[in-house]
Amino acid sequence: MSEARIRKLVTLVEETQREMGEAVTPPTRKAAAIAVIENPFAGRFVKDLEPLMAIGEELGGLLGKRAVAALGIRPGQAESYGKAAIVGEGGELEHAAAILHPRLGKPLREAVEKGAALVPSAKKMGGVGAAIDVPLGHKDAAFVRSHFDAMEVRLADAPRAGEILVAVVVTDSGRPLPRVGGLTKDQIKGEDGLR
Amino acid sequence: MSDMIQVRKYVTQVEDVFHEGGPARGEPARRGALCVVLRNPYAGRYVEDILPFMEALKPVGLEMARKLIAVLGGDRTRIEAYGKGAIVGSRGESEHGHLWHAPGGYAMREVLGGAKAMVPSTNKLGDAGAQLAIPLCHINASYVRSHFDTIEIGVADAPRPDEIVYILAMATGPRVHARSGGLKASEIKGEDGLR
Repeated sequence: MSEARIRKLVTLVEETQREMGEAVTPPTRKAAAIAVIENPFAGRFVKDLEPLMAIGEELGGLLGKRAVAALGIRPGQAESYGKAAIVGEGGELEHAAAILHPRLGKPLREAVEKGAALVPSAKKMGGVGAAIDVPLGHKDAAFVRSHFDAMEVRLADAPRAGEILVAVVVTDSGRPLPRVGGLTKDQIKGEDGLR
Repeated sequence: MSDMIQVRKYVTQVEDVFHEGGPARGEPARRGALCVVLRNPYAGRYVEDILPFMEALKPVGLEMARKLIAVLGGDRTRIEAYGKGAIVGSRGESEHGHLWHAPGGYAMREVLGGAKAMVPSTNKLGDAGAQLAIPLCHINASYVRSHFDTIEIGVADAPRPDEIVYILAMATGPRVHARSGGLKASEIKGEDGLR
């Protein structure tokens, strides 16, 4: 039984093949899976946000799987991830927190296999057409420097006042031409989520 | 591929629209757009004969038309509407965007099995992140009112001044709650591309 009342689902895929004339091989790819849902608590204060936590759990799996599918990869090939929400003006910022933080992570981690690292996140209030930069980090070791990145997401027609836009981003790569040093992905242990 | 074609990135956007406040559809209306970001070979100077680039773009258009059908489900017979557009970076001229009419438009018509209607388009100069509203119409009869629609799209980091973003867009059906009368898709002759 679906908890979320979904108006639309959007996937956005970016594939970068060249940067400043330099070939990017293999190309770097990011996929955002986005849901626009009804905010059941728009326009009123509701203390218990449990229903939004359940929606977060549902969307973690749905959007995680859609992002992986959009990249055409096996779950284990996912390298970094992030999540974000924009709450329409009839809601409150805490609604985004209830969706993103308590339960969205577990099914997302199942969709990308493992996921020892924290899922970086961003949230804000915004109107129709608002953009949000979804922060990205390596899924098993947050300190991998080549995978610190962001993907800008915006939908021309959302969120309306009574809606919430929820985005999950999964990549199969880091930045296009990383060269600022730091921990590399082939050096990680992937146990503590940090290194 | 001609060496005039230097692709930096591809961006794909797919929307599944379940409702827009009215009755939800069992199967969502699916719409999508595919953008290519490439180098403008004529940036920063006036070049009289720009048709070589139009020729060079033909295989790009065909590849993009096929790829867009694939991400919209893979069945070309399900595609009912289309449109196209271009965003030219600030060191180019709008005429460079209009090079897309033949390689983009004819590619879609060919790949869709000889679609009859003119492919509607928009075209402008823009900086990175500029959003373009791509008009859509029915692929065989421009006057089908239910299929007039718009997809807004942009790329957060493109076009740079010496780049162009060329875009193709398609939809699998009419607007999600189309009810503004006019010529219906079921009434068309589909001979002259208009009715």
